[in-house]
Amino acid sequence: MKDLARNALDAAVRRGASYADVRVIDERERHVATKNGKAGDVSSSSSLGLGVRVLDNGCWGFAATDNLSAEGIEAAAALAVEIARASGIAKKQDVTLAPEDKYVVEWASPCRIDPFSISVDQNLALLLKIDEELRRQDGVTLAETSMSFSRTRQVFASSIGSLIDQTRHITGAGFVAYSYKGNEIQKRSYPNSFGGQHQLKGYELVEELDLLAHAPRIADEAVALHSAEQCPEGVFDLILDSSQLGLQIHESVGHPIELDRVLGSEANYAGMSFLTLDKLGKLRYGSDQVNVVCDARLEHGPGLGTFAFDDEGVPAQGTDIIRDGLFVGYMTSRETAAAVGEKRSNGTMRADGWGRIPLIRMTNVSLKPGRQSLDEVFGGTDRGIYMETNKSWSIDDKRYNFQFGCEIAWEIRSGKRGRMLKNPSYSGISTEFWNSCAAIAGPEHWTLWGTPNCGKGQPEQVMGTGHGASPSRFTGIKIGGAYE
Amino acid sequence: MSESELLPRTRCEEIFGRVTAAAKSEGVSDVEVMMGVGSHALTRFANNTIHQNVAERGGYISVRALVDGRTARANTNRLDPESIRRVTQDAIAITRLQAVDPELLPLADPQPCPAVHRFFDSTAGSTPISRARAVKAAIEVAEPESLTAAGIYSATQSTLALLNSRGLFDYYSETMAQFSITVMGADSSGWAKASACDAAALDSLALARSAAAKASGSTGPREMPPGRYTVILEPAAVLDLVGQMFGDFSATAIADERSFLTGRTQERLFGDNISIADDVYHAAQSGAPFDGEGVPRKKLTLVEGGVVRQVAYSRQAAHKAGVEPTGHGFPLPNELGEAPMNIVMAGGDTTVEQMIASTDHGLLVTRLWYIREVDPYQKIMTGMTRDGTFLIEGGRIAGGVRNFRFNQSLVELLSNVEALSAAVRASGEEAFDMVVPAMKAHNFHFTEVTRF
Repeated sequence: MKDLARNALDAAVRRGASYADVRVIDERERHVATKNGKAGDVSSSSSLGLGVRVLDNGCWGFAATDNLSAEGIEAAAALAVEIARASGIAKKQDVTLAPEDKYVVEWASPCRIDPFSISVDQNLALLLKIDEELRRQDGVTLAETSMSFSRTRQVFASSIGSLIDQTRHITGAGFVAYSYKGNEIQKRSYPNSFGGQHQLKGYELVEELDLLAHAPRIADEAVALHSAEQCPEGVFDLILDSSQLGLQIHESVGHPIELDRVLGSEANYAGMSFLTLDKLGKLRYGSDQVNVVCDARLEHGPGLGTFAFDDEGVPAQGTDIIRDGLFVGYMTSRETAAAVGEKRSNGTMRADGWGRIPLIRMTNVSLKPGRQSLDEVFGGTDRGIYMETNKSWSIDDKRYNFQFGCEIAWEIRSGKRGRMLKNPSYSGISTEFWNSCAAIAGPEHWTLWGTPNCGKGQPEQVMGTGHGASPSRFTGIKIGGAYE
Repeated sequence: MSESELLPRTRCEEIFGRVTAAAKSEGVSDVEVMMGVGSHALTRFANNTIHQNVAERGGYISVRALVDGRTARANTNRLDPESIRRVTQDAIAITRLQAVDPELLPLADPQPCPAVHRFFDSTAGSTPISRARAVKAAIEVAEPESLTAAGIYSATQSTLALLNSRGLFDYYSETMAQFSITVMGADSSGWAKASACDAAALDSLALARSAAAKASGSTGPREMPPGRYTVILEPAAVLDLVGQMFGDFSATAIADERSFLTGRTQERLFGDNISIADDVYHAAQSGAPFDGEGVPRKKLTLVEGGVVRQVAYSRQAAHKAGVEPTGHGFPLPNELGEAPMNIVMAGGDTTVEQMIASTDHGLLVTRLWYIREVDPYQKIMTGMTRDGTFLIEGGRIAGGVRNFRFNQSLVELLSNVEALSAAVRASGEEAFDMVVPAMKAHNFHFTEVTRF
């Protein structure tokens, strides 16, 4: 793979590129799923290819191929340069890159149990046991379970002399119980929606999740929701579990802080951001308790956004985004850092495979744990709603107005969890929501969740991101608007 | 017009021969092979300049084995003989590890598949320079008006083949070109998008002018209160919203009781002016005329006069129900079964201008965004308006308004339709391309207003 990378890099530089980088990626995946007692999608995949990114005439060009013959690599490099030169037809100014050092590194993410050492029939045996347990509950009309594993080795080589060889292992697992009755379909997921939990781990994640033990409760809740009261409409205190809060961070902090969005690169698709440059260091994004970081380092945890180097050869970093409620940082690339006068990228460029260019993507954007106990988070409200597990999510293209639905909720009276509520939803404006944060549970309740399905870019790229959070309380939140 | 040379039929037969030979050496005779090769190029612009410009070429083979009532799939993008042998062995190995499924059907028999021709040299011959020139011309529509343009021009060619050991050999090539543009003013924006198999049919300049006019026409947007409004949805807004329901027109989804059509077929669910077909052979449609098992796609009458008449059946769902498969199955194995993918909604004879003229108080919506399902049985969807939302007063456009969040049941929406325009091929970002009309409907439920 290193030779392929070097050959492609040589071909691009030989054709006159002023800068070039190459990523050669070898990926192996397995997906195993069941539905109502039978195997569903059981498949394995492998992929090998390379992408060449060049700067020529001050413009970007990129070409990717799975033809790794000498001719195929030469053709890809030549096409990347041809594309860069064509970009000059509609150029305003030359691209400049913030400086970066060269690195020659080999790195692999920790993986205690190689998931590919566990056979498919062992995967299926566990999933079918969970499925059986879910359907043991009367009223469960559909049970779905799944596991997915990937191992991705990427060799990055650039014309500044970097040669970075990284291998990342990712595991995901979870299940869902559906219950159809009358004119309602209710569902419960464990440990999260979006296929469960996903982390930068091996098969040990599946063992840690203890999936089977949670199946009876989840099945029971899915059916019980039919008998629950409709979540009331009004303005209440809101307590979110850490998985829903992870998605709240993703949508109302993670995307707005992408500097390429702020500068207009995504205007035609993902949109822009309310976090215009004048707000840096001035905007009260949240209450004093709110501290958010963007951290790709292993010390932050085994997140989907954890790595050693990003996809343009910049080391993983931890960056303060919100400090004591104040907005203090964006996610940047070498190009956008230079554009706003920063001395260095903070290392958030990531690509969806060998066929796509790196874009600014969330790494692990996390709310730091607070100091309160869980009892204090719940105990601080006379009347509130506690919601768990995302069901629907939507936010406008500048990331002001959001609405989330959750699978289940409970009424909170005098700090105690009361009756179950169905069809809960809440909505608001991003900065107003974070400024209403009144309590954040401590590190013992903090979980680093994986969001495997973040979309951005044209052609669209799907990326896995990490979001750490612990249960938190927000005051004066609009509840129930989705069912007005 | 010519066929793609990326994956000639002879190459398909050669790959299939290698798969069957590898399978036979493992004692397996039933295999299905899906393979595809494609090239995709996309020129992207923002801030009135090209900022991303990419091309990608790749292929894959996907081998499904059947062994004594079991099946599984293995995929690779390596097409050399050793990789083909290995992917076949992988498929067989994971197939053998599974329990017998008594309901698993044998491979599909060959059936005549009507030919459709959707490969155009105008698209296949697109170059970085030709795309850059078209982008430059679009930018020159916006820039002199002190507007800022962002968008894409893409060109794709692809070939898909499906072969199995019962002699089935389906083969399809297609080209596809897309142009989309967002034009922004200081406090306003407009958007337009189109796609076509034939790049010569794309009028990127007209799209740029339309987006620029919307941006110029919506400056100084006023804030209107949330509530129920008469709404005129342009075709892209119709497809992105209505497109959220077609996964439910699936016999498997109904059997699983996860479809909003559970218990609701053959009854009037929508207004009698709503008729929807699935028709891959429609002149404005795209996509292969066969499904994931090689069954030819049939035209379906999904909704007729507001009544849900037909849904899609994969081979397995059809076998269980004792009916004929409709050619809408996904590649096996999967949990979803099938879905219609070539939607053609019947239009009417009212132009958008006539809809506006007949509206005393309402909203014109260009585009919807971030649409997600709130309630799966009432089919309540939430989302935002975006890039061109206008107030209509007294039968005239009265200026731009701040964007709304909606929470709207699709069942209710399609019961409240007052007028439809002629149906056109439309392209959005939240659902696949369809042939749909613009739509005027009353009581559309906007629940919140955002800050722009």
